[in-house]
Amino acid sequence: MAYSSKVIEHYEKPQNVGSFGTQQEIKARTDVGVGLVGAPECGDVMQLQIKVDESGKIEDAKFKCFGCGSAIASSSLATEWLKGRTLDEGLEIKNTQIVEELSLPPVKIHCSVLAEDAIRAAIADYKKKNGIESHNEAHSH
Amino acid sequence: MAPKLPIYLDHAATTRTDPRVVEAMMPYFTEVFGNPGSRNHSFGWAAEDGVDKAREQVAALIGADPKEVVFTSGATESNNLAIKGAAMMYAKKPAGETGRGHIITAMHEHKAVLDPCKRLQKEGFDVTYLEPGKDGLITRDMVEAAMREDTILVSIMWANNEIGTINEIPEIGALCHDRGAIFHTDATQWVGKMPTDVKTDNIDLMSFSGHKLYGPKGVGALFVRRRRPRVRLTALQEGGGQERGLRSGTLNVTGIVGLGKACEICAQEMDAERERLFKLRRKLEDKVTGALSVTQINGHPDKRLAHLTNISFGFVEGESLMMATKEIAMSSGSACTSASLEPSYVLKSLGVGDDLAHSSLRISLGRWTTEEEVEYTADKIIEAVKKLRDLSPLYDMHNEGIDITKIVWQAH
Repeated sequence: MAYSSKVIEHYEKPQNVGSFGTQQEIKARTDVGVGLVGAPECGDVMQLQIKVDESGKIEDAKFKCFGCGSAIASSSLATEWLKGRTLDEGLEIKNTQIVEELSLPPVKIHCSVLAEDAIRAAIADYKKKNGIESHNEAHSH
Repeated sequence: MAPKLPIYLDHAATTRTDPRVVEAMMPYFTEVFGNPGSRNHSFGWAAEDGVDKAREQVAALIGADPKEVVFTSGATESNNLAIKGAAMMYAKKPAGETGRGHIITAMHEHKAVLDPCKRLQKEGFDVTYLEPGKDGLITRDMVEAAMREDTILVSIMWANNEIGTINEIPEIGALCHDRGAIFHTDATQWVGKMPTDVKTDNIDLMSFSGHKLYGPKGVGALFVRRRRPRVRLTALQEGGGQERGLRSGTLNVTGIVGLGKACEICAQEMDAERERLFKLRRKLEDKVTGALSVTQINGHPDKRLAHLTNISFGFVEGESLMMATKEIAMSSGSACTSASLEPSYVLKSLGVGDDLAHSSLRISLGRWTTEEEVEYTADKIIEAVKKLRDLSPLYDMHNEGIDITKIVWQAH
């Protein structure tokens, strides 16, 4: 399978790999929002975490991903794009932008959809933890 | 010293043709180009001599009489001819009726056995697909338990192509002879690697292929027993009546000469080769499983081919593992379902697919595999799995004691 050079770049040197704590710790932290999407039996699981500062800006983002090269690249790219955005700006990231940036082929579009879902889920989790009303629930497929 | 890349460790898929085999074949393209069916001139006789010699070389490797060797285009054709040909010959009722006879095979056979069996099911035969044990084996007792009054044919592979496990072939053959059923074995991964004697191993029909034993592609053979019992087959391909009417069509003389030479080399070298590859395989397995947790060698630990291993790695996705080891040619027997990787029905039949968050590699060594290549491969696999586990949220969860099979996942 031929991957685009951007996918290979992210795959070889993924950005922002990690977690802001153990599963228990990140659940308890109110400054961290976690999105866990996908399923092992589908071959893709993405965990995306955002750390939000007092002004409401995403100051840091981290990911872990069980999945193919395109899924890894999509989540790596998502963390890069999230940093420095407000929550609302974060929600503006669309899967089509990821497809374009990484030149994903049609069979890999689901990877970008998963990344968008992970962003939405992480932001929704942060809002829920902090009692912020959310109009942008993660959409389901 | 780093070995030359890419490295080929997929010998269960195909092998490089041995240069000695190519050399033996060469004259038959140009000088000895006759049709062995031309009985009335020297060109035909010379070609026939080449075919006769090859038939002897093939027969010698498997303990058969040369008259018991039918040349085909490969193991797929041999399997088709053996299974459909025997079923049609020994059918209890004519075409168009049901209850024409019972056939026993196994779930983790090659598609070239399973699909002919499925075809026969549509044509009025009953087929039992045996489920292998967790160790991948089909035993004599499993076959006996499935035997019926009307069992006409048993087809069990000698060694499995994905996991390399070795079934109880001589025992199953003896059972079939007791019960009067014809016994076929797909020995594609076995012949040329392991000592074979069709007489004492109780084989009636045996398929194998040239390109798995360092011969050319496009040629194979079917052993058809002539005595005790004399096995008869209905031909599938009709025409000039070559191969005693069992396989019409002008003989692939170059291929057949190559297969013969390949068999001769195997007969001379396979014992030493097996010992050497066994050590290399063990080295690879020990190194990889010693350096990584949550790995599993699939199939029986000892009853297996020397040169083949199949290893599963937990919490790693198959396609990314192939991507990380792309300079090594291996086969991904992934048991996990992802968008682009089909799950392996062989691994599933062993119950390996029960935990879906893993992927598997089939690594098969061959005649020119070096120790340097094996060490490089082991290092590369270890590095790749470690890297991917560093990325894997599932591996974190595992390390934190979370059972990922108990999580309610948002499947797409």
